[in-house]
Parts: sequence; C-alpha cells; structure tokens
Amino acid sequence: MTAAALAPTPTTAAPAAPSAAQALATERAAIDASASGPVLFCFGNAILWLLLTTVLGLISSIQLHSPGFLANIPFLTYGRILPAYNNALSYGWATLSGMGVAIWLLARLCRVQIKLPGVLVTGAVFWQVGLTIGIVQILAGKSTGVEGLEIPGSAAVLMLFGYLLIGLWGALLFGYRRQAPAYISVWYLVAALFWFPWTFAVAHVAMALPSVQGVVQSMVAAWAMQNFLNVFITAIGLAAAYYLIPKVINRPIHSYHLASTGFWAFILFAGLTGAVRLSGGPVPVWLVTLSIAATILLIVQIVTVSTNLILTMRGEYHMVYHSPTIRFTFFGAIAFTIASVVGLLASLRSVDHVLHFTFFQTAQTHLLLYAFFSMVMFGAIYYILPRLVGCEWLSSSMISLHFWGSAYGGGMLIAMLAIGGIAFGSALADPEAIFSQVIQDGAVYYIAGSIAWGMIAIGHLVFALHFLLMLLRIGQPGGEPTLFAPIGEEKH
Amino acid sequence: MNRSLYLFAAIIGSFALSCYALVIMPKCQLGGLQPQTVEDEGKIVDIYPIKNVSVEKGRAVYASEGCFYCHSQQIRDEQNGTDIERGWGARRTVARDYLFEKKPYLGSMRLGPDLSNVGSAKWRNEPENEDPKYKPAKRDAAWQLLHLYAPRTVISISNMPPYRYLFETKKIGGERSADALALTGPNKPKPGYEVVPKPEAKALVAYLMSLDKSHPLKEVKGSAPEVAAK
Repeated sequence: MTAAALAPTPTTAAPAAPSAAQALATERAAIDASASGPVLFCFGNAILWLLLTTVLGLISSIQLHSPGFLANIPFLTYGRILPAYNNALSYGWATLSGMGVAIWLLARLCRVQIKLPGVLVTGAVFWQVGLTIGIVQILAGKSTGVEGLEIPGSAAVLMLFGYLLIGLWGALLFGYRRQAPAYISVWYLVAALFWFPWTFAVAHVAMALPSVQGVVQSMVAAWAMQNFLNVFITAIGLAAAYYLIPKVINRPIHSYHLASTGFWAFILFAGLTGAVRLSGGPVPVWLVTLSIAATILLIVQIVTVSTNLILTMRGEYHMVYHSPTIRFTFFGAIAFTIASVVGLLASLRSVDHVLHFTFFQTAQTHLLLYAFFSMVMFGAIYYILPRLVGCEWLSSSMISLHFWGSAYGGGMLIAMLAIGGIAFGSALADPEAIFSQVIQDGAVYYIAGSIAWGMIAIGHLVFALHFLLMLLRIGQPGGEPTLFAPIGEEKH
Repeated sequence: MNRSLYLFAAIIGSFALSCYALVIMPKCQLGGLQPQTVEDEGKIVDIYPIKNVSVEKGRAVYASEGCFYCHSQQIRDEQNGTDIERGWGARRTVARDYLFEKKPYLGSMRLGPDLSNVGSAKWRNEPENEDPKYKPAKRDAAWQLLHLYAPRTVISISNMPPYRYLFETKKIGGERSADALALTGPNKPKPGYEVVPKPEAKALVAYLMSLDKSHPLKEVKGSAPEVAAK
C-alpha cells in the first residue's frame, strides 16, 4: 500500500476528466448537505458555550488577584465559577465542536451521506440539556464534589444518552463507508467515539457504587479526566489536523507508516497516563510509576505525529500567511508537540513535586485543550462552514483578529500560568517561605492572566459574530476561500 | 485479515487495559483496606480512622462551595515537597486515612494551605519563629468563623474570598448572641446589629475542626504506634 493510495482525497481527487471531478463535487455536495443540520447545530451550540466559558474564565481570573470580586454572591464564588468554567470548556465548547467536526469528517472520509440527520441533532439536544442542567447545578452548589466529575448523575445520564446517539451514528457511518481502506483520521475518530462513552459511564457508575470509597474514587476521577483530555480530545484534534493540513496544502501526508505507528503508540499508552495526576499522593506507588512510564512511552506518538505533520508542511510554510485554516491548524499542531513534551517532563517525579498543586498543571491542561485542540477546531470550522452554508467568510481581518486574540491571548495566559506555577512551586520549596506571601507575590501573573483573558474575549467575540454572519449567509460569494493574502503574493 | 477488525480489537483491548490497570487493579488492592486496630491483651484499645458522620453536613458545604479547588487534603512525604516542614502535618497521608470518606477532597491545587490536619492544635501555616505580624492567633472555631466572614481581618495578606452569604446580620434582640462574630473596623455591623453564622457556616467550621490525620499508622515509617498494630 502506498502513501498516495491511502491519502485523503487530494491526490485521488485530481481531476482525471472533468466529468469525474464533477461527479465527485456532486457527491461531496450531497454529503455536506446531509451533514449540515447536525454539524451546524453542534458548532452553534459549541460557540455559545465558548462565549460562556470566556465570561466564566475572565471572572475566575479576576478573582485570583481581587478575591473580593463578586465574592459574596453564592453562585459566583470562585469555588463554583471554576468548575463551571472547566465543565463548560470541556463538555460544552470542546466536546460539541469536536462532535461537529467528527461527524463531518466521518461523513466525508467514509463517503457516506448521513441518513436521518435528525437523530444526531436529537443526540446533541440531549447533550445540551444535560450539560445545561449540570452547570446550573454546579453554580447552585449542587455539584458532586468530585473534581473533574462535578456534573450530578441525573444530568450526566442525559448527556450520555445524547452522546450514544451521536456515537452510534458515527459508527454506522464507519460501517457503511465507501472509502476503504480507512484514512488515519478515521482511526482516531473511531477511537475517540468509542473511548468517551465508556470512560464517562464507568466513571459515573463507579462514583455511585457504595463499594468505591476513599482514594479509589480519586483514582477513578483522575483516570476519567485524563482519558477525556489525552484520549478523546487529543484523538479528535489529531484527526482534524491529519485531515486539514494535507487537504489545504493539497499534498498527501508525508508518511502513512509514521502516522500508523503514532496511532498504535497512542492507543496503547494514552489511556494509562491517568495516575500522574495523583503523583506524590496517598495512592499505591506502582500506579503512579505505571502512568509515568506510559507518559514517557508516548514519546513515540509525539515524535511520529510531529515529524509527520511538519514534513507534510515542508516547503509550504508560507501557507500560514494565506490560509486561515492552516494558520490555526498548524498553530495547534505545534502546540500539540509542546504540550506533549511539557507533559512528559512534568510527569517526572523530581519535576512534579515542585510543580504539583500549582497553576503549572492548569497551564498544561490549557496547552492541550486550548492551544492545541481549540485552535485546530477553529481551523476546522473555518474550513467546514463555507461548505455547509454556501458562502465564504466575510472578512479576513476578522479572522486575523480572532487569531490574534486566541493565539497571543491564549499563549500569554498559558505562559503566565506556567511561569506563575514555576515561581510558586520553587518558592514553596523553601519551608521558611510564608505561604500567604508566596500566593500574594503571584498577583502579577494573575493580573497578566486577566489581561490575556481580555484578549481572548475579543478574539472569541469576533469569531462568534463572524459565525453568526455566516449562518445568516452574509459573506463572500462561494467558491474561492477567504484568504489572508492571495497565494503567490508573499506577505512581509 | 480485515483491517477494521484489527482497529476495533485494538480500541476495545486498549480501553479494557486502561480500565483494568487504573481502575480495577487499584480497587482490588485497596478495596479490602480496614481501619487500623491496636489490641492490648485481647482488648481493642485504639482504632483509626473512625467514621465521623456528625460532620457530614459540613463536608457537604465544603464541596458545595468548592473549597477543594484551592485547598488540598493530602500531605506528601519529605522527598516530595515541604508539606511536613511547613507544619501542615506530622506525617504523609496514606490511603487508609481516607477509608471512610465517600469523596476524599485530595485536591489538585494549592491557592491556600493544605487542610488535612487543620483541626489539630499543632497545625500551622507560618514558620515557627515568624514575625507576629504574619502569625495569626490560635486557629479555633471562632477564628475560623471570622476568617470565613472576612479573611483579611485575621490574615492581612489573605487571598481567600469572603463567604458573607454563610452569615446573617440581624438586629440584636435582647442579649447578644453567643456566636456573634467579634468584628472590628469597617466590618463592624451597625450599632444594635450583630453578625451570626448560618447553620452552614457552623457545620463547615465543625467539619474543619474535625480534620486531623495525624494519628500514627503502621504503614507510615516513624509514626507506628508503640503497641503492635494489627
């Protein structure tokens, strides 16, 4: 099997005859039309959650340097805003945007039209209702009290049911695929679709079991959180990156063997990394050691994925100046490499005992969830949406502003959390350092973090507005994608 | 062989492995854990930990306000950080300490001090010979209530948010309530009024004052009880 034969459609799509190209275009248009309802529904709701996340993130960031800010209103206290933020970000924005991208990618890569798209919309509605109830309950002080699994069981059941409908439809698309063998993105998507409901269900059932007591609960929660980030989110993000980069620069991925090696390393080790979250804690030492070993072995995936994506881009780096999709997606791909290397180093015990219990861990989560995943999702939405609504994005300046807010704001936020975490951890290594004073000294990082949140908020607002304009079919005429600068004219 | 069968088998197998290694195996290892009992001439003279249901209400308030997002409840050993030298606990905490906690609030972040032993008289968050400016008075229940209502009145550089909604300001009817806060300065209520804790605040403080994981355990070196533990 050659790389070209297994590549996504760019090479096979090379128009042999006008009629073949036309047939392919008709087929794709029909697939896009069948997917547009559920995909637009997922994207629209994801962006609503993104806006809420932005507000909650900004409030919680301000509260770090001004603890009195909105403090005396029960549902706005930091201890409720923070979990609401985390859940809205993970299960609202990230999961819904990821499902939208996953549905569209599966339909396109399996070359199957979606039958009964209403089932997918129903699934998304259940998810949406469950999540809304869950977040309202967190803000009302009725969270489960388990970090990472705050949403009460009654709401989680609705979410799980909704997810199962979507996952089942995704599996059917795979089952009826007309494009064999399956492309690497499809592998990642099938893995993501399968892993999520099992992790979610096992974790919530384990929480409800009376026999699961004490630190075993904490282990289950750590496992579920890590699986969500390191398996589900990572798989969807990589699936999108593996599709978008070759597609936009119109060249097959550099090596299919590298891609496949990376996938097998990922599927084997990523699910074993959960216990690094409990490093140094009251849990069996072998458990943490196992997770550290799995994190180190994931280097196979880091190296293969990074090499592959970078080599695919080789000679085409100028595309980041032209194509919004490439600018966002390639940013995300680089962030994936950084996040993985940082995750590997930070899992080592000698590093962990300094950085554990600091914002460095928040920085790591945001590297993966925002700088990698969210940026790839933005890139994917910039690519997919014109194909669903029939017009192109109105303004490249708006896309540019969004990138500025998300890349510089997000980058600054993550840098502040990371540097603040390192400063905090190293200061506390001195047992004579006064704890409250060390926290106070971190104020400068928190203030910078709030400024970064302001930049992110501008980016997200522009993005949401642009999305709304697209839904209203206000944009450039369809056909040619909206670019930052025409290809051929280098921007200096 | 069909490649998609390989794929499915790998995905299912890897999930099973992940679940087995990180959920089922720890559950089997720790599921049978029992409290440590110390017998002397056939009589049980000591048992730890003991299930304390009287503070469940306070635990619920602790969860509902999200205290555990800033306060951990786990002490690491000397090789892993300065928790012990800092005065947060005399020994590291182990799985047995959390035996009866349905949801242990281990925490993953420390924007505030660790609270594993905050109910113990020995607990401190400042170096022993610290400038009195930073050293608060004895942390008893009354202190904890004041700290919840207005943290900066007791620790001038505190970063903790106030929790005034766990208290109410009411008119003094007859005698001043016994649990009214001794507030001074700008926090002092209008003359004729007093600030009293709501039941939630009282329950939360009762829970905090119950936190003490300093009991010696045989699996923690240097803390084993004198009498042979079983």
